[in-house]
Amino acid sequence: MTPSNQHDEKKPFPWHLVFFLGPGLLIYVVFSVYPLLDTLVLSLYNEQQGQSSFVGLQNFITLITDDTWSQAFWNALGNNFKFFAIHMLVQNPIGLLLAVLLSAPKLRLSGTYRTLIFMPTMLSVVIIGFVWQLLLSPIWGISEDFLYNIGLGQYFDAWLGKEGSALITLAFISVWQFVGIPMMLIYATLLNIPDDIVDASVVDGANSFQTFWHIKLPLILPTIAMVSILTFVANFNAFELIYAVKGALAGPNFSTDLMGTFFYRTFFGFQLQQGSASMGAAVATLMFLIILVGVMLFLFFIQRRIQRFQF
Amino acid sequence: MLNVRSALLHKKPEAKTVTKLTCLAAILLSSTGIAQAADGLSIESWRSDDANIWSDVIIPAFNKSHPDTKVNFAPTPPTEYNSALQAKLKAGSAGDLITCRPFDTALDLYKDGYLANLNDLKGLKQFSDVAKSAWVTDDGKDQFCMPVASVIHGFIYNKEIFKELNLSIPKTRDEFFNTLDTIKSESRYIPLAMGTADQWEAATMGFQNIGPNYWEGEKGRKALLTGEEKLTDKAYVDTWKELAEWKPYLGRGFEAQKYSDSQNLFTLGRAAIYPAGSWDIQTFNNQADFEFGAFPPPVAKSGDTCYISDHTDMGIGINANSTNKEAAKVFLNWMASKEFATLYANAVPGFFPLSNHQIDIKDPVAQEFMSWRQQCKSTIRNSYQILSRGTPNLENQLWNVSAQVINGTMTPEEAAKETQDGLEQWYKPQQ
Repeated sequence: MTPSNQHDEKKPFPWHLVFFLGPGLLIYVVFSVYPLLDTLVLSLYNEQQGQSSFVGLQNFITLITDDTWSQAFWNALGNNFKFFAIHMLVQNPIGLLLAVLLSAPKLRLSGTYRTLIFMPTMLSVVIIGFVWQLLLSPIWGISEDFLYNIGLGQYFDAWLGKEGSALITLAFISVWQFVGIPMMLIYATLLNIPDDIVDASVVDGANSFQTFWHIKLPLILPTIAMVSILTFVANFNAFELIYAVKGALAGPNFSTDLMGTFFYRTFFGFQLQQGSASMGAAVATLMFLIILVGVMLFLFFIQRRIQRFQF
Repeated sequence: MLNVRSALLHKKPEAKTVTKLTCLAAILLSSTGIAQAADGLSIESWRSDDANIWSDVIIPAFNKSHPDTKVNFAPTPPTEYNSALQAKLKAGSAGDLITCRPFDTALDLYKDGYLANLNDLKGLKQFSDVAKSAWVTDDGKDQFCMPVASVIHGFIYNKEIFKELNLSIPKTRDEFFNTLDTIKSESRYIPLAMGTADQWEAATMGFQNIGPNYWEGEKGRKALLTGEEKLTDKAYVDTWKELAEWKPYLGRGFEAQKYSDSQNLFTLGRAAIYPAGSWDIQTFNNQADFEFGAFPPPVAKSGDTCYISDHTDMGIGINANSTNKEAAKVFLNWMASKEFATLYANAVPGFFPLSNHQIDIKDPVAQEFMSWRQQCKSTIRNSYQILSRGTPNLENQLWNVSAQVINGTMTPEEAAKETQDGLEQWYKPQQ
């Protein structure tokens, strides 16, 4: 068909598209898009005793300016950034290292290692929290004996109960659990690198480190970028681990309070604190905006500049 | 992004899709499913530990006198109860009888129209005004739940360890600390089994347990409500001071010790004294293989009036949208009877009936706790009535500061100032 007579023939309406996209789109709209928009709307209202009134941005102004609210909000946000930083500095480099080691052709039992390292990712967060609490417990735990046996006994402390170390400890537990995901993604990318490129670098006289640095790393950068963004989104939605280990009050002295636990207390209430639907929606909206801005900055500054190679 | 509307009251309750969504959310949130059809009664409760007692003892006893009413006890775990119940009530799928948390949690349900007014219920005559005060509107006019049980705070001790070290029950604070010193210096037992990881232990078993002796029970509690006393007053600072003195007697690494750890330390015989709520009696009966006893919070000097926290913990009300209100009222009236009080107090030792009937409790430790009602004056936790209505929430603050005072990261004066400042932010009589 040439372009000139295209508009003479009417194209039939593409019903097959509706047929194939419909079910998925319907579920997505009903269970994801609509609640999300509804949450944004709800955050502009104030609900009391079943009466709701439109208050515009008042909830957000309260959250940011009112001392009581803003202190809790900035504290949770700051903790969340620390939590994310630890994941970026520890989880992803270790994931990368493990992936590179696993993809080494001389390594035996790589399948076993892969399974073992990926295993915690598939376990429930509640179980992980419980197990690590037991391991680190000063009363029943084995960590103290373990440290003592390697000569570091004096460094043991009730890490999960101290204001200075509780959040870091929780972040490490989370890193231990989820390190399998960056490892798997990077590992899959590494396996895709054609052997002849690597062989060529060896022929050119590169040692294995140089091969990694100049050949493999540029090729897996897009994956590392993707892993970072996944980490960012997951960390700013983190809730279960803190809730399972420290409860919704995220002690000691709110040092482990993340946006997720802050939202939970605000929305559902806690003990004698009555939940507030509209205030909770405002917190959820702010979380959404923070994640949105983070992802946008990433797309704008990093994603556009990454070079991709086709083999 | 979290989708929050699905479990919520909607601005347009008539919108069908939303109701469906809400129902779905309620089903997802609740582990119990939908209430029974109209031919029976279904009870919402957070006492999942008591499910067997209800099905094996209490409901059969009720059916002896009322054979045609089927009753189903459908509990939700305590941590999820409040939010699951909210969702079920909104979706219209909650049971006919609602177990009520004390004060504002239940009051808000009443204000939102989910609980029926019980003013004309005959069974209420069996309860004192203090008992009823936890489930009445602020003006004292409308009763919306009937009192069921209270919990009492005190200290549970390991009798065998006391015998081994020749210790007697401490009556005064000096004796109490001498006892702790003896345990600490002459044995390898942990003197006090308490941790601060869960925070509520520090507030509930610590602050609210020993506090009433300092602020003179109801007198101090009411003075806080009227604004005559402040949390920065001597009574409250002294309470935190005593808590700070507990620190050396707690186990190693108590900062990471959770409530279940404390229970296990005591039942394994590794700790001598356990700051307790009476609900622990059941757990200890099942797990401890030694004799244990209880003593009330020690007073300043012997002969002083003692005060105990005898906290109205549980009430029961009728779902305003129940299709079976008559049967529900019959059941409530039966729950006000001596028969129920005796059954319940003996089936669930540690939960004490609030009705005026004289009853016998067979469990010796529960009997001990209950006997303090005769010698001491009862009060309830001071953060529960009205004072936890605003932001910041006083109860949450008390958890936080009490744990910090014991950890040594905050002084008693700082704790007093922080909670008082919080109260002054929103509570008129304190401004």
